[in-house]
Amino acid sequence: MATEMPRTDVVVIGLGAVGGVAVLPLVTAGLNVVGLEAGGWMSTRDFAPDEIRNNIRDWPQAVPKAKSEIPTTRANINFEAVQGGGHPMMNGVGGTSLHYWAQSWRLNPWDFKTVGETTRRYGAHRIPVDSTVEDWPFGYEELEPFYDRVEYALGVSGNAGNIQGRLQQGGNPFEGPRTRAYPMPGLRSSPFTDMMGEAARGLGWQPFQGPAAINSEVYGDRPGCFYHGFCDRGGCHVAAKSSTAVTTIPEALKSGRLQVRTHARVLRIVANAEGRVTGVEYLTGNQVMFQPADAVLLASHTYENSRLLLLSRSREFPAGLANNSGQVGQHYLSHHQGAPVIALFPRNLNNWYGLPAQGVAIDEWADDNFDHSDLDFIGGGNLWAHTDRKPISAAKMSTFDLVPNWGAQWKAFIRENADRTNTSYIQKTTLPYRGNYLDLDPLVKDKLGFPVIRITAEFRDNEKRIAAFTQDKMEQWYRAAGAVQIIRTPLGTGMGTSTHAYGGTRMGDNPATNVTDRFGFAHEVKNLGILGASVMGTSGARNPTLTAQALAWRTAEHLAANWNSIAG
Amino acid sequence: MNKNNKNDSSAADISGAGLSRRSLLKGAGLTGAALIAAGSTSAVAQAPAPAAPAARIPLAEAFETLTAAESAALDAFASRLIPSDDGTPGAHEARAVHFIDRGLTGAMAPSRELYAVGLAGLDDCARQRGGVPFAQLPAAEQDAIIDAMTRSAIPEFPMLNAGFFNTVRTHTIEGTFSDPYYGGNRDFVGWALLGYPGVRIASSLEDVQQGSALAPSRQSAYDMPTYTKDPVGPEAVGGASHGH
Repeated sequence: MATEMPRTDVVVIGLGAVGGVAVLPLVTAGLNVVGLEAGGWMSTRDFAPDEIRNNIRDWPQAVPKAKSEIPTTRANINFEAVQGGGHPMMNGVGGTSLHYWAQSWRLNPWDFKTVGETTRRYGAHRIPVDSTVEDWPFGYEELEPFYDRVEYALGVSGNAGNIQGRLQQGGNPFEGPRTRAYPMPGLRSSPFTDMMGEAARGLGWQPFQGPAAINSEVYGDRPGCFYHGFCDRGGCHVAAKSSTAVTTIPEALKSGRLQVRTHARVLRIVANAEGRVTGVEYLTGNQVMFQPADAVLLASHTYENSRLLLLSRSREFPAGLANNSGQVGQHYLSHHQGAPVIALFPRNLNNWYGLPAQGVAIDEWADDNFDHSDLDFIGGGNLWAHTDRKPISAAKMSTFDLVPNWGAQWKAFIRENADRTNTSYIQKTTLPYRGNYLDLDPLVKDKLGFPVIRITAEFRDNEKRIAAFTQDKMEQWYRAAGAVQIIRTPLGTGMGTSTHAYGGTRMGDNPATNVTDRFGFAHEVKNLGILGASVMGTSGARNPTLTAQALAWRTAEHLAANWNSIAG
Repeated sequence: MNKNNKNDSSAADISGAGLSRRSLLKGAGLTGAALIAAGSTSAVAQAPAPAAPAARIPLAEAFETLTAAESAALDAFASRLIPSDDGTPGAHEARAVHFIDRGLTGAMAPSRELYAVGLAGLDDCARQRGGVPFAQLPAAEQDAIIDAMTRSAIPEFPMLNAGFFNTVRTHTIEGTFSDPYYGGNRDFVGWALLGYPGVRIASSLEDVQQGSALAPSRQSAYDMPTYTKDPVGPEAVGGASHGH
């Protein structure tokens, strides 16, 4: 029998990148909020520049909850799904925003209207036949004010490319119009990014410093970046990274209306006979608790959002909460961000202290920023050349087939080349397809005996063609900068677990093909809101976090503004 | 010392972060002090030293899980993966085996059995070929076994395969180039090999521009009071050891 806690207005499941943002507009509107977080608080003292701990031993992600529910993966139904690797989700106040790279992009306008724009420019036949892609229920303009709120509430550094329709020097010329500049200028460049920028300009491209939720200067009570590196899978030792743990959550706590409950592992969302949710059951230590609430915001990671809904069965929802349509788990995709190009330069790059978010971007070959008339795919990729080098990963560098990977020759090779290599990061348009989905694994269970999520998904021709096309562009860029050796890695097959995971609870006006409505509330359960990239129907060619955060802010504001009709 | 004035003036108090201005400055000061102290020795760390006899691991230092025979075979194996016969330190001098030994009792425990079987196989193979344990084979014969292992081409010793090779290679690299806190990379020899100037609390643009010419910091992350989990007083600054 669950112990019942005092009722609250809103319970938020997960205080990570999106739940941690949503709590601020909720408490600002005067609502009382309980935030349930499976992990605990971490401080700057926990974030050491330690490659073994962060990158090899998977800390701080290696916490009990996520670790015991790693998804199983298979390319398609002809294979047995197997569990492997780590879980991209982490448990802790701030969640994944603690250890992410903090690249904080807005999607480009095309990403909201992939179907409409492709049809208008090239004809409907250019949409891959097996894709289930839809246009978003609104355009970029609708989300712009919320992008703006999040950029200023968190603290995002970047150089604007388009302010109210006027193109700006040094920014992304392809971005949608923004109301105002970023709250801080872009992060510092480095000798390497300067070199890559110059090479890009030589090709006639327009390079720019990408946006990051990392302070480039003092912002509020937090310092600017110290540039010591170790930002990749590490938290920030001076809280310059704008995770929700050091921004919106402490801000919301000041109101006295947010209660953070750590080490609270949600088991299921409870629904009543009227098809409304009444609260959340969770485990803390060995006690089962019930938190009653008038509205529930599900703000876990994409995999856990679908899993919790599918595990929350009831008489009204026998196939899982909000899933009488069978749409929970559908339209899943994980971002095609693999298939990098690796370059070797004839001189040191001085990259020992870079951050992954300290890089130079090329957007010419992303989205529909170039003519696809004579190409066999839609969309494209954002090219990203960044500084980031740590000693173990440096020693594990590719040998470019020039020497064996051990012994005296290898030692001489890494002695000479440890600081001469660079691996690109190319994020590519990825579409949802029939046959790519999430469901509960029939065999594999977590430590509590609940099934883990099963990923059945693979990249299709469109993604692989973009990968080949953007590898050409990346190789061209590296060669222009003086690279003497190039490796193009395989184009990719299965869509395994990824931090960039989308779908499963897609947002859209049609309840037959979407789980949530245009405001992020479940079509079938009016007082259940869903936050995160799980509501996104397209990936764009850039990191999802800022978009997921803008959507979360919008959903929270909508809840507060329509409290009586949603929760009353 | 960080050259970015914005950063320096920033740290009035990083609220909620448990990191005071004082401890930041302390950390930065430690970096500076370490740099000065390292000045005279940095040339040694940077440039290959004239071939000095390789320092042996002190006999008094116990292994936690590896047996005497296992540690001898593993040290010999690691010493061929990252050799020191060019006169500069390799995996042996970095004490990669101590890193692996300690790891096998904790985070790397799932590999313990693989090491037991593989290292025993290595000695058996060496005895069959040369009548002595692997550590006592001439280097060329050790290399021949390792080379065959990378191709999984030792049918009579199936445990000596590419999988075992890759595991040992990965762990040897980690032990040679990790933070010295974990028992390897002794005296920062691994970082010196790569030209990595070491972990520091902040890096100015001027630091970055120097690349591998920057004077090495020669400190573990856990030498910095910023990351030490136990509260430390001023007397402990610079005094942290690379131990457990």
